[in-house]
Amino acid sequence: MSKISVSNLNFFYGKAQALHDISLDIPEREVIAFVGPSGCGKSTFLRTLNRMNDTIPSARVEGQVLIDGKNIYEANTDVASLRRKVGMVFQKSNPFPKSIFENVAYGVRINGIHKDKADLNVRVEKALHDAALLDEVKDRMNTSAFGLSGGQQQRLCIARALAVQPEVILMDEPASALDPIATQKIEELVVELKKQYTIVIVTHNMQQAARVSDRTAFFMLGKLVEVNPTQKMFTNPDEKLTEDYVTGRFG
Amino acid sequence: MDRIIDQQLDLLRDKLLLLGGTTEAALQRAMRSLTERDSKLAKQVLEDDKIIDQMELDIDRFSVEILALQQPAAHDLRFVISVAKITPILERIADHAGSIAKAALVLNDEPQLKKYVDLPMMADNAAEMLRTALDAFTAEDATASRRIIEQDKVIDKSYKRVFDELITIMIDNPSATASAAHLLFVAKHLERIGDYVKDICELNVYLREAAFIKHSKIQ
Repeated sequence: MSKISVSNLNFFYGKAQALHDISLDIPEREVIAFVGPSGCGKSTFLRTLNRMNDTIPSARVEGQVLIDGKNIYEANTDVASLRRKVGMVFQKSNPFPKSIFENVAYGVRINGIHKDKADLNVRVEKALHDAALLDEVKDRMNTSAFGLSGGQQQRLCIARALAVQPEVILMDEPASALDPIATQKIEELVVELKKQYTIVIVTHNMQQAARVSDRTAFFMLGKLVEVNPTQKMFTNPDEKLTEDYVTGRFG
Repeated sequence: MDRIIDQQLDLLRDKLLLLGGTTEAALQRAMRSLTERDSKLAKQVLEDDKIIDQMELDIDRFSVEILALQQPAAHDLRFVISVAKITPILERIADHAGSIAKAALVLNDEPQLKKYVDLPMMADNAAEMLRTALDAFTAEDATASRRIIEQDKVIDKSYKRVFDELITIMIDNPSATASAAHLLFVAKHLERIGDYVKDICELNVYLREAAFIKHSKIQ
């Protein structure tokens, strides 16, 4: 069974249809990259996977998104618990105005996942370790998260997402605001996290999609044009539109 | 307006075709130096090999530059990879032409052992295969490339015939062994050129279809 199974998904902002009849299965522990020109619907689609679009009043969804076989758009879905299971990292790092420790501990606390203070400490340390940040912050856990560099702040946000033990991580251009070294760290982290999590990453950086993902999905005008193993997408895609996009011939 | 990468890929193609044309000419001149017993021409072929070596280096450098700076993908990537792999094959074909010229220098100082019939035919076949393989590269024609691969069998058959004939000469006339051995080498060089053209055709298929058919029985 796929971790995520999307069938015939249509998405509307008011009367404007942003996604057209998308069907896509994502197996567990796969990194899949969504690429496509601006406005193609890839971020909208990403956000349908943990109902982040619910906050938009005019938004409407048709079709099915199954996670572990359960339709997340069913009326009785606990959206908070869905978002714990399907965590998200955004383009711009958004730490809370709190200490490094509190940023990571926050989700654990409000969800009541931890047994006691010692358990909380362990969970925060583990999340920071898994986000490849622990060594850099272990001596200043109680200082403000704003004192971290951009790349560190982004990894802190990843640690925050990991602390609540998600199963899927959605990443919306997680490295677009970072320099090449910080970007490389995020990419290495994605490859590492793949061992435990299913990762969906939206990126404008084609080489990044090529480097980190197992499969790549190409979107255009709200449609899923092609999804294939990344190696194939970048050497011999099936669709002419994909070929034009990956070779930069897009008019 | 053409994209920068398109301009560079066009230039890369032109450089490869120029190398291909120069290699083809080297082969034909090397064979002429043998059949027309023209040692001056043979020396010229050897001298001109340096130009071919420089062309190879230039294409190598340019291919790396395109890979590093333009980061080609899909067809563009396959194109640069194909050129980068065809280039040393052409240079090796030119080396074989040089070796034929070297053999001509030795053979031209000796009385002609026999009338050259099969060797020019083999050379014509090899040169024709090379020319059509480069045309197929330009047209990205996988069907023609597969047809050319089949033609290599004709050269292989000719080689076997020449081999048997020259061995017979060596047995019957031991004093002609040295000349016969040189001619045998010439035949072997031509046979190898046929194999190299096959390699080029396999890369043409890769360029067109993204399929690696080398070492595959079903081509």
